Amino acid sequence: MVLEYKVEGGDFTQAGNVSSSVKKVLKQLGINPVVIKRVVVALYEAEVNIVAHAYRGVVTATLDDEGIRIVLDDEGPGIASIEQAMVKGYSTASKEVREMGFGAGMGLPNIKDNADEFTITSKVGVGTRLDIYIHYV
Amino acid sequence: MVLKELVSVVNGKVLCGESHINESIEYAFASDLMSDVLTLRITNFLLITGLANVQSVRTAEMSDLKYLLFARGKKVTDDMIELAQENDMVIITTPYSLFKTSGLLYSAGIQPVY
Ligand SMILES: Nc1ncnc2c1ncn2[C@@H]1O[C@H](COP(=O)(O)OP(=O)(O)OP(=O)(O)O)[C@@H](O)[C@H]1O
Ligand SMILES: [Mg+2]
Repeated sequence: MVLEYKVEGGDFTQAGNVSSSVKKVLKQLGINPVVIKRVVVALYEAEVNIVAHAYRGVVTATLDDEGIRIVLDDEGPGIASIEQAMVKGYSTASKEVREMGFGAGMGLPNIKDNADEFTITSKVGVGTRLDIYIHYV
Repeated sequence: MVLKELVSVVNGKVLCGESHINESIEYAFASDLMSDVLTLRITNFLLITGLANVQSVRTAEMSDLKYLLFARGKKVTDDMIELAQENDMVIITTPYSLFKTSGLLYSAGIQPVY
């Protein structure tokens, strides 16, 4: 099964809609709740990052018998140093983003912790791509 | 502690999810940082927060967390209640500050997540 969603940058009222939809699908499939939480927490952090830091993005979730792969591809400013962005506490979030309860610099490290496989690539001035894979068991 | 009792400890008001009022709560976590909440692996705890917006309810949804307590009488919007109801959550508000709320509940026997 392949699911595709769009995410608009800057629109915090919609942030979480994709994660919520994917969560419903995983629940219907009867996936272990502990695994569902890992998937949706990672996805939600990544979705909020597009809303908070990029202009727009596309999320593709591919489910097979063994696990779920989520690719988030955004158009945005990109990340100059991924090494720095992965450090707990590093954040360039705006005041508006902080007022929404985000901007602690904990999202990317938490995505990595929740994922079985995680890669992030980025090009400054173009965008960022996250590839997350989580096994069902 | 039974939720009903907890509500009275913080002089709180239940805005939705009254049907869960006899469930019991053992653990709580207080934070205004949603990414902090999202690092917790446990579920089934009470989130005490001063951050009252749709994202705090979203964070609860993603965390499989059913009980939300908003401190300092923060205004809870219809959007928030709607989303909470969709996910079968309980929303409580208290006029007390985050510090006072946490202190009272800790003294009453609610355990910290850490
Ligand atoms: N999709 C993205 N596009 C551009 N920059 C990004 C993107 N995702 C993350 N970043 C950059 O990496 C930093 C760290 O991201 P991370 O998710 O760890 O923290 P945060 O979003 O700032 O705060 P938190 O996730 O704790 O709410 C961000 O502050 C931002 O500078
Ligand atoms: Mg983030």
